[in-house]
Amino acid sequence: MENLLIEGSAKTPTVNFNSEAGLIELKGRSIPENSVEFYQPLNEWIDSYAENPKNETVVEIKLEYFNTSSSKCILDLFKKLESMNGSGTSVKVNWYFEEDDEDMEEAGEDYQAIIGLPFNMIEVEEI
Amino acid sequence: MPLSNIYNIFKTLEKENILLSFKGVVTADLLNSVLQIMESKLTYMDEAPRTKKKVFNVLVECLQNLYHHIDLDDTETTRNNGMIEAKSALLMIAQSEGSFYIKTGNYIDKGEAIKLEERLDSINGMTKEELRTYYQEILSDGTVSTKGTAGLGMIDIARKSGNKLQYDFVEVSEEIRFFCLNVKID
Repeated sequence: MENLLIEGSAKTPTVNFNSEAGLIELKGRSIPENSVEFYQPLNEWIDSYAENPKNETVVEIKLEYFNTSSSKCILDLFKKLESMNGSGTSVKVNWYFEEDDEDMEEAGEDYQAIIGLPFNMIEVEEI
Repeated sequence: MPLSNIYNIFKTLEKENILLSFKGVVTADLLNSVLQIMESKLTYMDEAPRTKKKVFNVLVECLQNLYHHIDLDDTETTRNNGMIEAKSALLMIAQSEGSFYIKTGNYIDKGEAIKLEERLDSINGMTKEELRTYYQEILSDGTVSTKGTAGLGMIDIARKSGNKLQYDFVEVSEEIRFFCLNVKID
């Protein structure tokens, strides 16, 4: 299936969904007023990917900021990945946060608490 | 207005250590502009990156609250005469003694004011851990509205701020209040 590549903007993240590589990557910032519109094609892509996934699916979340509107959309994305975990693919999440950014670290832990997927918390100097 | 009022307003803003203020309708363009300006200003400040992020995050949530709030169709009948005024809000960002303050003001109906006050009191009554659990609950069980709002804004503002939310509802008329919010970020 086709890859999904969306360039990031001042308010939306760079999206790199690659079915060949089994990669689902979000990078940058996610602060649109209405995230539902932005995340819809992402959800649709994931639904298609779920029909024929790679053996391993890696989710890379490298966000600098995200607003509360996005947080719900990101959760819904994780829920889809959670459902496909174990059915033809094993999913793992790499959650990145900058040094001293406790808020982003906690945000990752919040998702880890709600979602039944393995999370790796990765501290970096700069996202 | 006498010209000297300009000076009075200037002195008031100076006294409150206001970095940026805006009074008007919070449109998507306005929101983008304010965020761009503040991001630029924050880059040149000496604050810790963590604090700058918190300020920016709270600003995004406050602005988006204002933006979504004015997009209501059911209040048009009550505010027919002052439609543009009714959609106006006030935003001020201040910095004083190492802390940032994000202050907003907007009109709100009495009914909404009552519900909002309950939410704010509830949020203010929670510890850091309770707020986190509450956030997780709403996040996992909540739904997203058609506008994309998730009911998490105030909780997130309180969490990022680390302080109690200061607020007041000024009685403008029997049915209208003016909601004043002051968020302190250390």
